[in-house]
Amino acid sequence: MVFPIGCLNPQAPSIMASRGGGRGCGRGQLTFNVEAVGIGKGDALPPPTLQPSPLFPPLEFRPVPLPSGEEGEYVLALKQELRGAMRQLPYFIRPAVPKRDWRRLPRELKIRVRKLQKERTTIILPKRPPKTTEDKEETIQKLETLEKKEEEVTSEEDEEKEEEEEKEEEEEEEYDEEEHEEETDYIMSYFDNGEDFGGDSDDNMDEAIY
Amino acid sequence: MTQAEIKLCSLLLQEHFGEIVEKIGVHLIRTGSQPLRVIAHDTGTSLDQVKKALCVLIQHNLVIYQVHKRGVVEYEAQCNRVLRMLRYPRYIYTAKTLYSDTGELIVEELLLNGKMTMSAVVKKVADRLTETMEDGKTMDYAEVSNTFVRLVDTHFVQRCPLVPATENSDTGPPPPAPTLVINEKDMYLVPKLSLIGKGKRRRSSDEDATGEPKAKRPKQSTDNKEPIPDDGIYWQANLDRFHQHFRDQAIVSAVANRMDQTSSEIVRTMLRMSEVTTPSGAPFTQPLSSNEIFRSLPVGYNISKQVLDQYLTLLADDPLEFVGKSGDSGGGMYVINLHKALGSLATATLESVVQERFGSRCARIFRLVLQKKHLEQKQVEDFAMIPAKEAKDMLYKMLSENFISLQEIPKTPDHAPSRTFYLYTVNILSAARMLLHRCYKSVANLIERRQFETKENKRLLEKSQRVEAIIASMQATGAEEAQLQEIEEMITAPERQQLETLKRNVNKLDACEIQVDETIFLLESYIESTMKRQ
Repeated sequence: MVFPIGCLNPQAPSIMASRGGGRGCGRGQLTFNVEAVGIGKGDALPPPTLQPSPLFPPLEFRPVPLPSGEEGEYVLALKQELRGAMRQLPYFIRPAVPKRDWRRLPRELKIRVRKLQKERTTIILPKRPPKTTEDKEETIQKLETLEKKEEEVTSEEDEEKEEEEEKEEEEEEEYDEEEHEEETDYIMSYFDNGEDFGGDSDDNMDEAIY
Repeated sequence: MTQAEIKLCSLLLQEHFGEIVEKIGVHLIRTGSQPLRVIAHDTGTSLDQVKKALCVLIQHNLVIYQVHKRGVVEYEAQCNRVLRMLRYPRYIYTAKTLYSDTGELIVEELLLNGKMTMSAVVKKVADRLTETMEDGKTMDYAEVSNTFVRLVDTHFVQRCPLVPATENSDTGPPPPAPTLVINEKDMYLVPKLSLIGKGKRRRSSDEDATGEPKAKRPKQSTDNKEPIPDDGIYWQANLDRFHQHFRDQAIVSAVANRMDQTSSEIVRTMLRMSEVTTPSGAPFTQPLSSNEIFRSLPVGYNISKQVLDQYLTLLADDPLEFVGKSGDSGGGMYVINLHKALGSLATATLESVVQERFGSRCARIFRLVLQKKHLEQKQVEDFAMIPAKEAKDMLYKMLSENFISLQEIPKTPDHAPSRTFYLYTVNILSAARMLLHRCYKSVANLIERRQFETKENKRLLEKSQRVEAIIASMQATGAEEAQLQEIEEMITAPERQQLETLKRNVNKLDACEIQVDETIFLLESYIESTMKRQ
């Protein structure tokens, strides 16, 4: 066992006392024997820290590269797929549209959203049969979602007439409905644009398409 | 629960279930178990939303409930289980390697939906597999059922606790919440189902009905009206079994790195033999005799008994002590020291972190202190052969980051500093905990950064999605190449560059999350194993 220098000195108490007593002389006074921790006599202490360490301190050593390879890429793709898939599941609860006071707003505003939806469906449907080359799966999907909405909308209308006690809950559901409609409306309009593009380009080959 | 864990749970819940579930979940994690009304009141959300959120959380085994006196039901969140969501891709990939695509999809469905009945799983997986197969081929329910049964037999899938069958002795009102029970024996009992059918391809069933999907609807709904034979028997993925598999994998690859392929195969065989006999928290496996191991070696391995004995002796003598000899009967009884193996793996992780963060000289000092347990300043300088000033600097750096700690040994009862020994030491358990906490923080940072990057480029992402949709629909209508070109040019070259950079960054951040999760698994396993022994 190596003993630190100065520890075995029988006059230790007096040394400690003189150390404590001699404030201000010598370099910083600490309560323990600094030599024990390794700071020898005459060594300069590191500069005092006057501010918190920087948020992104410069890295001395670059991090090791990530493992790549088939397994890594497959798991990565899985992870991203899962993220997307979970958003589509019914377990993903979207925040509800805030409650509106329907007494203050004209009644037509509430129904109008559905009417627009219905109008859209009627407009789109006749367009579909002529375009037989279109992807049928997309069509079916779209129609199914539209019909689902129609069904939900009509069923909710029935519920409203029957039970007014659970109005709160229904309104929330309706709002969920609107939320959904608003969200998918966005995409709906894209599909519309796509058809217009296709339709226009079929007719006029001269016009440039922006 | 530390702040870092709560933050990570919050991010995971929000990404997978939305903000409402996140708010309720985080509130429960912070405050412990609470009844419904208190939750609604404290979080300021409407009762309906709280109910929906709790249903989702319970469905996914993230929240449990208990009936307390006076009929009050209290809900409690399982923070650890929420953190497991980070590992879902790894579970699914493992199922794929063991049971190919069918197994992969079964585990995926179970994880995405929390709990499901066997018939529901089989049907859904068959449908999904049929989609990916060539036209005209379908997936038979029987094949999917077989894979399901195999998953249950190897304990990767287990039954959820059941609603107890109520005898008519209860004359009072039914309890507010059922107390679910599960018998050990029943956990892996597959009900006798005769699931006959084939997977349905969405396209093929709807192709004949372009203009009248409504007519198809009633047909499908009548199928659902048939009574489900295994109603009430729900299955969930058994995460502990997956963890056991990961642990075995880590041990085998550690042996392979340290020694050679054959020794790792021997260790793998031993682990496989102990799979069902050893409980998951045991410090070492049941003793296996050398004869048994010889008989159970994989068929392709032609090593003689003597060579096997030599390998086993080598493994037992190795200082890492993965394998230990516990007796001499049957040609030598050998065990695998699971706890020691996990400890070695955790230590290796710590060493690697020190090396990558501080440099190889620091790593040398760290390994030295690990080996010698307690060292003084002077001794460190001498043994490591590093000049005093640098050694001091490195020790303090590691000390400030809590990889190394200082142990005081007073010589006199008054603990006078001049008469006290200060020894550097590594406390593996506390260093592992510190590193684990850092890992949680890292993953939270990675997720936040990824979300930030995605949000920054949201406009561009949406534009590119739009363009893709337009191109897809145009291709379907048979537009010409020139038109497709013009649409593609809607996204300018610098924008394309930006999208490429974004994709690369997001992929990198995702890969980092997966990598950090592997470290989290090792450290958590070690800490859990140590806590069980105390």
